Amino acid sequence: MAVTVQEAKVTWKRLPLSSNYAVAYAVKDLDVDVIAAYPITPQTTVVEKIAEFIANGELNAEMIHVESEHSALSATIAASAAGARAFTATASQGLELMHEILHIASGLRLPVVMSIATRALSAPISIWNDYSDLMNTRDTSWITLIASSAQEVYDSIVQAYRIAEDPEVMLPVMVAYDGYLMSHTYEPVLVPEDNKPILDYAPKNYNRIKLDPERPITMGTLTGPEWYYEFKYQQVVAMKKALEKARKADEEFKARFGRGYGLIETFNVEDADVVIVAYGGLYGTVIEALEPLVEKGVKVGAMRLRLWRPFPVEDVKKALGNAKLVTVIDKAISYGARIAGPVALEIMSSFYQDEAKPMIMSIIAGIGQRRITEDTIREIVDYSFKVLDRGRAPEESLYWGVRGVKYE
Amino acid sequence: MRFEIRWHGRGGQGAVTAAMILAEAAIFEGKYAQAFPEFGAERRGAPVRAYTRVSDKPILTRAPITRPDVVVILDSSLPKELYLPGLKEGGLILVNTKKTASEFAESTGIDPGKYRIYTVDATKIALEILGVPIVNTAMVGALVKVLPIVSLENVEKAIMETFPGRLGEKNVKAVRAAYEAVAAESVVAR
Repeated sequence: MAVTVQEAKVTWKRLPLSSNYAVAYAVKDLDVDVIAAYPITPQTTVVEKIAEFIANGELNAEMIHVESEHSALSATIAASAAGARAFTATASQGLELMHEILHIASGLRLPVVMSIATRALSAPISIWNDYSDLMNTRDTSWITLIASSAQEVYDSIVQAYRIAEDPEVMLPVMVAYDGYLMSHTYEPVLVPEDNKPILDYAPKNYNRIKLDPERPITMGTLTGPEWYYEFKYQQVVAMKKALEKARKADEEFKARFGRGYGLIETFNVEDADVVIVAYGGLYGTVIEALEPLVEKGVKVGAMRLRLWRPFPVEDVKKALGNAKLVTVIDKAISYGARIAGPVALEIMSSFYQDEAKPMIMSIIAGIGQRRITEDTIREIVDYSFKVLDRGRAPEESLYWGVRGVKYE
Repeated sequence: MRFEIRWHGRGGQGAVTAAMILAEAAIFEGKYAQAFPEFGAERRGAPVRAYTRVSDKPILTRAPITRPDVVVILDSSLPKELYLPGLKEGGLILVNTKKTASEFAESTGIDPGKYRIYTVDATKIALEILGVPIVNTAMVGALVKVLPIVSLENVEKAIMETFPGRLGEKNVKAVRAAYEAVAAESVVAR
């Protein structure tokens, strides 16, 4: 697809930012009108930084203080329904408390953007990272991006508004990243001196159906069996369209600003018998673990899933089609499922109808931020080659690193 | 070239901020860097660790540092079992203590032939200049003297960004004092 845009002249500042702060800078540069949020670890510093920008006069926005996440998202969608560019952020229990309203945001077709510093769920209480909170939102009709660096977090929030506010999409977008492992890690991020190029790329779409006392309409009215299904099917269609819109948003971002990520990212997949699939910050650890192996001639590669919903089936199949074994590392558990990794399950279903397909192994790791080092990844690679030799992938997910469980 | 630095202190001494200031200074210098805490539920007085990676190339891994080039110890009462594991042979130990490097090696039983040991009395510097025993900025000052991976100027810039105004100026003074002191008081125990 040809992208014909003029490369914007942008002067970038290189700042040490956490992923949380990268979100706040993006919200400022996107000139968001309304933010409603409730503090929750490890998301809190996103909203603190936004509050600081508002207090300093760097962002002209309304910050609505609410008493819970349920109210935070309710206020955000109300602002969006009134035509404002609206934002919220949360994690873990906060995202769970929003669950009911997640469906309302997408059902009302409101282009809300939300950042998620992913965190484990209670009980028992854990403030640490995994992706249980995010994976619980799978069926809420939110477009979902998972970033792997603070720079990508900034860039994805910018892309998110462009996708959400597209007249052919009009769905909310979540941008997720590892709580703590990214939310509190400082690293270099390029942010523009002046936000005009960002707004040129993602102009505010005020020309949409909205609540206006001068021209009253009703949103989300009681809908009987004759019509409800059609509303839901329109969400199905919008999600399908969102896939190419997300691809195009990234391509145009790259053409303008020189940075792009694609819907998936790959490493050495052309030449690999075993491909490790990961998402979020873990991908970087996987790459550093694999590099010395590839140098020694081990036929191993990696793939990162960046767009989780809509799921980029064709991109994933193209990337993994040459592999003999695909090992998917999930940081969430679907309890009671034989294959308990949500992304593993999705990749299996992508290949199911095909004659020729790789073996697929599901691994659960990093639950409640159980440590994953390069050594852990290399152990998983070793085990993957063992499975490849046996010629049959385990029928169940492997719970890597849990006490009392060993895999031969 | 990549340097991996592990910071060890107790809650309240500012190990996490020290890790961040060093990374910020490296980023201001145009290098790649990453800083993150161990993310325990930090409590005042409890052992805390934080990490800084500094490199000429992008840093992709987000794993905690298990084989550091450097350990910085903000509190010499921490047992060596907390900070010594994984330290590379020939690696650098910088410790906040009144003791000389040889005295520290002797009192802890650390083999001075295996590591490069530096000491600085950062508590004294912090008490004199800041009036509180928060030694993090002084330790960053001492570190960039014995491991010149970033300039003193960029450390000072990072400190002024973190603590704007008078507090920043005082901390810059502490950095400079420790930068001078570590050279004057320390011995390479080899």
